[in-house]
Amino acid sequence: MPEITKLIYKYLRHDKKFPHVWCPGCGTGIILGALIRAIDRTGYEKDDIVLVSGIGCSGRIPVYVDFNTLHTTHGRALTFATGIKLANSNLNVIVIMGDGDAIAIGGNHFIHAARRNIDLTAIIVNNNVYGMTGGQYSPTTPYGMRATTAVYSNIEQEFKISELAVTAGAVFVGRGTVYHAKLLDSLIERAILKKGFGVVEVISHCHIQYGKQNLLGSAVDMMKWQRDNAVTVQEAKRMKSEELEGRIIIGVLVDKDLPIYQDEYDKVRERAKEGLSSLEG
Amino acid sequence: MKKRRPREFLMQGNEAVVEGALVAGCRFFAGYPITPATEIAEIMSVKLPQVDGTFIQMEDEIASMGAIIGASLAGTKSMTATSGPGFSLVQENLGFACMAEVPCVVGDVMRLGPSTGIPTYPSQGDVMQARWGTHGDHPAIVLAPSTVRECFDLSVKAFNLSEKYRTPVILLFDEVVGHMREKITLPRPEEVEVIDRIRPTVPPEWYIPYEDTTQGVSPMAIFGDGYRFHVTGLAHDIRGFPTLRSDEIGPFMDRIHRKITLGFPEIQMGEFFQLEDADIAIIAYGSVARSARRAVIDAREKGVKVGLLRLITLWPFMRTAVERVIQKAKMLIVPEMNMGQISREVKRVNEGKAKVNTINRVDGLTITPQQILKRIREVS
Ligand SMILES: Cc1ncc(C[n+]2csc(CCOP(=O)(O)OP(=O)(O)O)c2C)c(N)n1
Ligand code: SF4
Ligand SMILES: [Mg+2]
Repeated sequence: MPEITKLIYKYLRHDKKFPHVWCPGCGTGIILGALIRAIDRTGYEKDDIVLVSGIGCSGRIPVYVDFNTLHTTHGRALTFATGIKLANSNLNVIVIMGDGDAIAIGGNHFIHAARRNIDLTAIIVNNNVYGMTGGQYSPTTPYGMRATTAVYSNIEQEFKISELAVTAGAVFVGRGTVYHAKLLDSLIERAILKKGFGVVEVISHCHIQYGKQNLLGSAVDMMKWQRDNAVTVQEAKRMKSEELEGRIIIGVLVDKDLPIYQDEYDKVRERAKEGLSSLEG
Repeated sequence: MKKRRPREFLMQGNEAVVEGALVAGCRFFAGYPITPATEIAEIMSVKLPQVDGTFIQMEDEIASMGAIIGASLAGTKSMTATSGPGFSLVQENLGFACMAEVPCVVGDVMRLGPSTGIPTYPSQGDVMQARWGTHGDHPAIVLAPSTVRECFDLSVKAFNLSEKYRTPVILLFDEVVGHMREKITLPRPEEVEVIDRIRPTVPPEWYIPYEDTTQGVSPMAIFGDGYRFHVTGLAHDIRGFPTLRSDEIGPFMDRIHRKITLGFPEIQMGEFFQLEDADIAIIAYGSVARSARRAVIDAREKGVKVGLLRLITLWPFMRTAVERVIQKAKMLIVPEMNMGQISREVKRVNEGKAKVNTINRVDGLTITPQQILKRIREVS
């Protein structure tokens, strides 16, 4: 049996009414594939994985896969995930969000989750647009681009998600694209295996909403753009900032170690119990 | 031998809520500080780690509500507590808990609103928000303690009902009840009835997470149990997957309401005080019910036949209890620290049969026994 058939058989939900909700050619499906391959490589049991999502096209990923799955409210996925992980730290909790989901309505939750360093994995599908609601501009829509709520072109500056994650204190931050599939698999795998808050930003394409409004061509054209504009972290180090304008820096931006929330909380429990016994004694 | 802990305490309402929650098995609290509910978070942060539970201070109340739902899905009884401004923020995810049928408890210690209002002044202004604050038609269980001991008891009850009916339960009390200190005797933990959600016993392949049952409540697996099911705030079919089919959405909505209706005898709690021969009935709850009780006792001494229906459960509204009261009493007095929220509901049930008087106060002061007594005199 070819590898892909095995993965499909093992991880997709066969009692779910397919077809899926995504437009043909959407990058979200590629990300689902990468996620499954990465999880398979970690060797984690399906029972021990919780896949949590917010609301958006990307938010529909969990329904198709055979894990413990939770489709939350717009922007709040990380808050639910926080509760799950703290209630049962044996579970491997992976959170999938869109750019609007994670950075606009959920921006506050995102920076605080990164700061707290709970052992979670956050995957952000950055398609530069609100896909599900029909192509409105998002916090990652670049200046000068068009959206259904920016028909006269976008006048806001964009957030750089990975850089935001680094600043907020995430211990692992990687950026990939749907074009660079192998890199994406390994970034997701590393983020899952990383102890602490790991972030993977995936540059994806929404050719139907964003692409059409900005005349960026087909899904294939948009993926070619990813190929042609990506530079690795190593290459970027040797480039001047003008040269990096409009480029996507891919690879691992941060991989460091900080105390994990759950480990610290175990110490809190010990201190709390010491207090208790000294009061009683 | 270790001395048995004395069970008599001088305690605040907020503290009693925590004690009740811990006895009921609450092991996760997520919250954001807000007067007059902050003590609940503070005491939880001290006590939960002592019993291997978890306290976390989130970035806001939206996050707190999300976190307690997550913890509950992972099998840990959980709660948050807040006040007006934060109660507005929990509404979005409160609706999620109704839709996905996730047990959890939300405390709202009511302060004067709207907006920031007066953080330190009591109010009963959130009665309707507790019922209808989240969008869409949804069931609601809202309990309103009026003594410190009752804060303990209803905290336990809130968890029990939420577990049994798989629905969020709101503990709604005013600042007076939250901050008031009373000497109370608490039962030993082993004397308290604690109800846990029913978990599936069938093999995972057979598990249908949102299947209808005679009581309308399906067994609830928890994440990590081996059942690998899907939870969503979208309308879903009995397997938990999103559906657009009206013939699946309708029965689902019907079931989440029916499960509460079937539970009325247990959920709806009230106290009937001197109502047998009462011509005048007061309907009150929370701290105002304390003033009302005093007024009843004083008025009875003067020979006025007055009684009190104290609502312990605010929602689902105790229609049958009110109907019983108005069979005899043709004069009702509904005192509330709001512009008239429960009195509207009373009027709906009354349908003009008795005369409904309201006493409303929204200036930050409590309604006194004298104020109620004065009204009794006026109408008797
Ligand atoms: C509180 C709230 N506000 C607005 C919406 C409507 N809404 C649904 S998806 C979405 C944006 C999705 O964009 P993004 O997060 O980038 O995900 P994508 O669809 O692009 O994958 C919005 C605004 C909502 N569901 N909830
Ligand atoms: S709207 Fe865009 S992001 Fe959503 S499924 Fe279609 S192509 Fe993908
Ligand atoms: Mg998007």
